[in-house]
Formats: sequence, structure tokens, C-alpha cells
Amino acid sequence: MHETDMTKALILTIKDWYYSQAEQAKIEKIHLVVGQFTCVEPASLQFAFEVQTRNTFLEGVELAIQEIPLIAFCHRCQQEYKPKLGLQYSCPDCKSPMEDIRSGRELKIDRLEYSSTNNCKGGSRTAPTSN
Amino acid sequence: MHQTFDAALEINLLHANQEGADHNRAHFDRWGITCLNLMSSPGAGKTVLLERTLAALKDKFKMAVIEGDMTTELDADRLRKYDIPIIPINTGRSCHLDSKMVAGGIHTLEHQYNPHDLDLVLVENVGNLVCPAEFEVGEHAKVALLSVTEGEDKPLKYPVMFQEADCLLITKIDLAPYLDIDCDRIAENVRQMNPNVTIISVSAKTGEGLQQWFDWVKNIIYQNQADRLASI
Repeated sequence: MHETDMTKALILTIKDWYYSQAEQAKIEKIHLVVGQFTCVEPASLQFAFEVQTRNTFLEGVELAIQEIPLIAFCHRCQQEYKPKLGLQYSCPDCKSPMEDIRSGRELKIDRLEYSSTNNCKGGSRTAPTSN
Repeated sequence: MHQTFDAALEINLLHANQEGADHNRAHFDRWGITCLNLMSSPGAGKTVLLERTLAALKDKFKMAVIEGDMTTELDADRLRKYDIPIIPINTGRSCHLDSKMVAGGIHTLEHQYNPHDLDLVLVENVGNLVCPAEFEVGEHAKVALLSVTEGEDKPLKYPVMFQEADCLLITKIDLAPYLDIDCDRIAENVRQMNPNVTIISVSAKTGEGLQQWFDWVKNIIYQNQADRLASI
């Protein structure tokens, strides 16, 4: 369950951002980008996030995970192709090995959506617990 | 009025681990150490490979082992008879070593031994084909092991570790005649995603292929030493 550790890293990063803000912010949504050619299972990440944020300043915050397909570029055919995960990674046309991965290795906190608590009812800032 | 703002972060989820890994590597570089990260599923033969490697190379190089094991020190105990620093890291329930855990091992090396004397640190990761692949620990090269009993489709099913490996050891090849396994197929499946990997078939039991592995280790140590001299 390495998603647990990744979620910890995610929460710490968000916490850093939260405290670096001059004004109180109410985080509403966290956008993650997860490539298909990683060892990360989005459903496990969602579950770990929900569990680890209970009773913290991130409780109830939505985690939006955008999955990015594995796309490779074949230099011989001069074209992109989508390797078949679990079956075949070489170029379907010329069988050259997958050398140039164009997407699918992403593991990124892309952006946050937040509102200023001055303008948002019920958006009181609760002290984050150490997670 | 409810106003929503956007904050672009664009931070890698593993940036803290990556920073830790770079920090560990800087330590190794300062001490003139080459570090190898050994990864495989449980039971592929990492510990016995280490036993053979320590026995064969201990007169030539000064070595240490950082040993990741989930709950016991059974593997570490097996290696202690070689009279070199063996640093066990109990990962608890974690399924992989991360750079912070290995930093703890480096700390022990620094305070209980003389790291300047060492040439090679071998990190034995937790047996697992999935998680260790995403967590760099500060190694100079990744070594993946796959035993013939695991089947030739494993590189296709667990591609990340095999795609990142600098060296693949196909282990337990003495068992191949008793199995319906095609070793060439294993190599082919790995080369599909990692054409530059060095592939060596070995048997720790019969000794087949081990010399080739020792030569690979020697080469990477010499290469690292030459690179460091060139960068001064």
C-alpha cells in the first residue's frame, strides 16, 4: 500500500501551501494527475486520502484524479502509439522497443481550488492535526 | 459572494522522496561509494545473490549492505557471517524502502563505521514487484531480479520496475529444465520496454553466470570512480 505514503506526502505538500497563504483559504478541490505507467492505483489513493484527512483541515475536500494514458513515440515510424499495458510495449507496427515515453509517468499535484473564507460561509479554518 | 481561486502547484507527489534520494546519493558520492538497489518479488533470490557476491568480492572491495526486511532480521543474520557492515532497516508494514529509511541506514554507517573506506553499498529492497519501483533511495543503478519460476509474463504485468532496471538478473536458471519457461522470452519481454538493460542469467546454486554479474558490479564501481575523478 504505497498509496498510503504518497497520500501522506500529498497532505504535507498541501499543508505547506495552506500555511504559506497570507489569507485564510478554504480548500475545496485538489487536482492530481496520475499516469497509467506508474505503480499508483487511483482508487487506493482516493481511499487513503479519505481516511487520512478525517478530522483534519482537509476533511471533505474533493480529490479529483485525472488519469493520463501511456503514450510512446516510435522514432523509426515517426509516430506516437499507445502501448497495450500488460501485453505489449513495443511499437505495434515495427516492433521497436518502447524507448521514448511521452506521457503516462506523471504523479503530480496539479492545482488547488480554494475560496477565501471571508467570502465563504462555514469555511472556518480548523487547526490541522499532525498527520 | 463565493469566489473560487486556482493555485497552480505542479509539484511531483514524490518530490520529498526524490530530494531525499538525491541527498543520499550526494553522501555516497562524497565518500566514493557506489550504491546498488536490488529489487524483486519475495523469494527471487536477492539474499542468496548477496551471499555469493559478498563471498566473491569481499577481498577486492569494501562493502556494506543495507537490508530492508518487513519485520525480521532473518536476512541480515544470514549476511553477518561475511564480517562487513550489515545495517538492517525494519520497514514495519511498509512494502518498500524509501529514501528516508535509507538515510537512517546511512546515518548508522556514518556513525558506527568509516564510510570513506567503502566502495560499494548494496541495498536489498523489500520483496515486492510493484512499490519499490517508484521510490528511489539514492542508488547509482537499479538491479531487478526475476526467477524462472515466476513466469515470463511478469515483466509485462509489472513493467515499471523492469523498465527502470539497469541490470536484470534472471535467477534460478538451474531450475529452467524442469519448467515450461522460455528464458529468451523473459529477455524479449523486458527488452520491449527497456532495450538497453544488461541481462544476465544466473544460478546461485550452481554458480552459472555469477562471474558475469560480478564483472558488471566491478565495472559499475570503476565507472563511478572514473566519473568522480573526471568531475574534480
